[in-house]
Amino acid sequence: MDLAAIIIGLAGVMATAAPVIFATVGETLSERSGVINLSVNGTIILSAMTSFAVAVSTESLFLGFVAGMIVGALVALIVAFTSLTLHQSQVAVGFVLTLTTASLAYFLGNPIMGLSGPRVRSLPLPLLSEIPILGPLFFQHTPLVYLSYLLIAGAWFWIFKTRPGLMLQGVGERPAAAFARGGNVRRLRYFYTILGGALVGLAGPTYSLGVKAGWKGTISGLDGIGWIALALTIFGGWDPLRAALGAYLFALLQWLGLVLQPSLPGIPSQVLQVAPFPLMILTLLLVTIGNADWVSRTLAGLPEDARRLVTRGLRSLYVSPPAGLGTPFEKE
Amino acid sequence: MDVELKNIQKWFGPVHANDGISLKVEAGTIQGILGENGAGKSTLMKVLSGFIDADSGEIVLGGKSARIGSPADAIRHGVGMLHQDPLDFPPMQVIDDFLIGADGSILPGRSSARREFIELAERFGFSIDPNNYVSSLTVGERQQLEILRLLWLGVNVLILDEPTTGISAPQRVKLFGTLHLLAEQGKAILFVSHKLEEVEGLCSRVAVLRRGKLVGEAKAPYRTSELVEMMFGKEVSLADRAPAGEGEPVIELRGLAVEDFKLSVRGVDFQLKAGETLGLAGMEGSGQRLLLQACAGLIRPVAGQVIVGAHDLTGRHYHNFMQRGVSYMPASRLEEGLISGLTLAEHFILGQNIRRTFVDWRAGLDLANQRIAEFSIRGTPTTRVEALSGGNQQRAMLALLKTPLKLLLMEHPTRGLDIESAIWIWGKLKERCQLGTAIIFISSDLDELLHYSDRILVFFGGMVSRPLDASATTVEQLGELIGGVGLN
Amino acid sequence: MQRESSRLIDLGFRFSAIILALLFTTLVLLVAGAPPIEAFRHIILGSVGSVGKISDVLVAWVPLLLATAGLLVTFSAGLWNIGIEGQITLGAIFTTGALRALQASSLPPAASIAVAVLAGAVGGALWALLAGALKTYGGVNEIFGGLGLDFVATALTLWLIFGPWKRPGVGSMSGTEPFDVTLWLPLFPGLRLSPWALVIGLGGIVVVYLLLQGTYFGLKLKAVGRNHRAAFLSGIPTSRYMMLSFLICGSLAGLAGAVQVTAVYHRLIPSISSGYGWLGLLVSMLVNFQVVPAAFVAFFFAALNIGSIQLPIVLKLDSTLSGVLQGSLVLFVLAMEGARRRLVRLREG
Repeated sequence: MDLAAIIIGLAGVMATAAPVIFATVGETLSERSGVINLSVNGTIILSAMTSFAVAVSTESLFLGFVAGMIVGALVALIVAFTSLTLHQSQVAVGFVLTLTTASLAYFLGNPIMGLSGPRVRSLPLPLLSEIPILGPLFFQHTPLVYLSYLLIAGAWFWIFKTRPGLMLQGVGERPAAAFARGGNVRRLRYFYTILGGALVGLAGPTYSLGVKAGWKGTISGLDGIGWIALALTIFGGWDPLRAALGAYLFALLQWLGLVLQPSLPGIPSQVLQVAPFPLMILTLLLVTIGNADWVSRTLAGLPEDARRLVTRGLRSLYVSPPAGLGTPFEKE
Repeated sequence: MDVELKNIQKWFGPVHANDGISLKVEAGTIQGILGENGAGKSTLMKVLSGFIDADSGEIVLGGKSARIGSPADAIRHGVGMLHQDPLDFPPMQVIDDFLIGADGSILPGRSSARREFIELAERFGFSIDPNNYVSSLTVGERQQLEILRLLWLGVNVLILDEPTTGISAPQRVKLFGTLHLLAEQGKAILFVSHKLEEVEGLCSRVAVLRRGKLVGEAKAPYRTSELVEMMFGKEVSLADRAPAGEGEPVIELRGLAVEDFKLSVRGVDFQLKAGETLGLAGMEGSGQRLLLQACAGLIRPVAGQVIVGAHDLTGRHYHNFMQRGVSYMPASRLEEGLISGLTLAEHFILGQNIRRTFVDWRAGLDLANQRIAEFSIRGTPTTRVEALSGGNQQRAMLALLKTPLKLLLMEHPTRGLDIESAIWIWGKLKERCQLGTAIIFISSDLDELLHYSDRILVFFGGMVSRPLDASATTVEQLGELIGGVGLN
Repeated sequence: MQRESSRLIDLGFRFSAIILALLFTTLVLLVAGAPPIEAFRHIILGSVGSVGKISDVLVAWVPLLLATAGLLVTFSAGLWNIGIEGQITLGAIFTTGALRALQASSLPPAASIAVAVLAGAVGGALWALLAGALKTYGGVNEIFGGLGLDFVATALTLWLIFGPWKRPGVGSMSGTEPFDVTLWLPLFPGLRLSPWALVIGLGGIVVVYLLLQGTYFGLKLKAVGRNHRAAFLSGIPTSRYMMLSFLICGSLAGLAGAVQVTAVYHRLIPSISSGYGWLGLLVSMLVNFQVVPAAFVAFFFAALNIGSIQLPIVLKLDSTLSGVLQGSLVLFVLAMEGARRRLVRLREG
């Protein structure tokens, strides 16, 4: 494989990672405020179908994207309302929604299957796109990919470098303390959950109006992306930057699956396509295993230096969720 | 700024936490608030600092009536509270923790905040690195951080809730120095504590709460016995006491040391015989619970031995202790003791531990009816335990205890119960003592401790007293020890 | 009396949830430009309109029943066994493998089938134990561990169908080489339903009913699920019980997979689990984890699925309408339950 092909391939990785980044960053924001939105998988499917339908009927890409984001926000609103106001389990509601939204998408999207619709065109950035190697890699993409770059930086900056971001961290970490500092915990949770949902809703049209243009029903290849986003949120330690790295890793694995196809005749192509999914989910094992009881007991048996090394390694991998995740908060 | 609380009333369901409390605190003074667990001190302070809304009453700040509906409101009025466990954010950096909640532009302006933080810290002689993580600070340092933050936000009234639990002696000295300085600057300080010596040394005035009421006030210099009497009252009904058993040793602790991240209890040597009752006294969080859990194998001691009967069970798992006849009854009935959603009958059936496969529901129902009658539980076999009143839940937990039992460990056996239920429960417990069961229990009720224990251990900040003979100890003596007087 | 009125309120809320779900589905049909009454009529006819249709519903009922039965056990232990789909799949894989190994042997076909079905149970159980181990020893939440294993199961199936077990010639999405008729679970004459499958399915739900309602194990499991800490303090070995619940659920799921292979498809196909795992989760949530209603709701959901197959044929609608109805039912029941509790609290407080 020559360099040009590799660069094209890697550029493709940047592009296919973009929707995953939207969903993952959205979920990170939601979970940072303390709400798990398990409906991500179905929401992506529904927003993809809806935005495609709207774009085809109105012939406007912009409206298509808006529709997708509205769908994502609405579903997230249902999650927020049933859990924050009606006090039902976030896991239960999110799970039901993930199935129902997918069913809705397949049912309502039936008539538009196979239609061709508008597609986002690439927009090479002047000057930047002409840099050798880096140009084609980063700067000859659709505006959506540029948006994904901005989102990673923006979300990271927001959470860690702004005043409201600090309050967001506080709300997720210790709602009682955030309340003591003047934060309106419930309102902030609603806000970030809906915002997160809107971003998830952006992932759908990024597929159906971009990377995987069109609506092909159950073989759209979108099923499973939402679960990956949820896993990446954990893997990323609720940090948009680290989560994005996970997203790029996932997209890379998908591309490698295609690339290695000819050199691995024994393995069917379908397997290589599916393989990145379990791999990403099982990486969770790496980040949580440091916590297990038997690990610390085994470590206690190792000699001092070895133990220190292994512990440091495990510690750097280990992530702990915002302590208030999934817990209700009521003022007395 | 002067602070005045006028006739504050607060109910939590049927519990009258604050009953018409009126208190005036002048600017530039350090006011002590004394009282035992459940007296209503925390509730009152939470009302003042905006965490809780009072049911009725008025708060007057600097001569003007103030509506404090939230902690943010309180800060705006210049009232700030330092909680016993500071409400901070462990995984964040000190400087971020410092900034959260402060008003300002969208960019936090860390560098200028850092400068101001360091300046402020220096003024009070605190040495905290703003780039450290809150989780790496000691409790004392976290308090200092919170005080700095409240001062930075411009509070004129500072409430401290049990601030000296879990901080070192030099940190305490520094804290008191700081408080004096702040009082000199004209701030009003409210110092909530149960530690008599500290309160006597630090505060110019003391208000004592008991059972939701303000029972008295005093000015320095103080008579300790007067304060103790106000805190604990004088109702001791030392009626007939059951004779102490003199059986075989049931449990022995040798050089036992237990700790958690806040507290460390060291060098406990003790032997308890069959039929004996040992009471563990002290304010909550002084180490009693740690010791009790070590006696059950729920936590592992860091040093020493736990010997049950003739077997050294040090470091063994709780279920091993259970097999040797030890039983642990937690205080939080619904969180740890009983299982919400299960009926009384189901609990009794579970408690039987039969080796069969199929449940004989008929027999289970009979058993449940039997136990319900025996223990006068107001409920039916099909009542779910969460629907029972507190007293009946406690009776149910008692009814679930196995027979025979070598050692019964109880956290707060009669907490939240009325007198009749409490007396009845102790009647049942003493019956077991006659049959040879030894009991170790934690309680905040001095009467209960003095009346039902054979011996008492008093805990104060992780230190343990020598065993006291309950029949020879007065309420005042016990109260003083709990307040830390004379415990060195 | 107080209790009478509250029970009426309960029923009222639950009934309104059903109405809302029907209204929602009607709305969805209208958006799709379809006649709602016609659609519902076709679903009903398509599921109970003839003996053949009813038997088809029963065919779908069996694996759903088994999956639901298994899930009721894990839910009793307080676990969200999202890995159920993978467990069904592994059951199917093990069954296929066993049949392939035994089809050439001299074992009488009935014995081969029996061994294969047992193998399916083993396969599902092993897969479930993996998820349990990930949780107990790896600290991985059973939702994500289960999902990861679901994906692995899918990959495994694809590899087998396109790799070592592929049909002579080129591997295709139609699955492995179908088994000879002798290795099929015998069917009712003229129907697609196997009496043996019914026996297995009903047997599964009855066993679970007895287990959860009538045994000490079931009672202790319930305690673990309701209050892990209190159960532990009362002496129950909680980790062991959680693993056992995974084992039982996995076995039942594996049986579902075995039934899919031996009685329905007679080969291994890519999505052999057919979403029965997901559906079982919905059924369990809808009946609030009660065994007897679960059997009926499972039948109802199976009927919806089969009935919806008509929709593409007669109304040019996608059959996923059943999913919309099923999902919205659970959603509204959850919402109404939350609303009811809030109403109760507001009245008391």
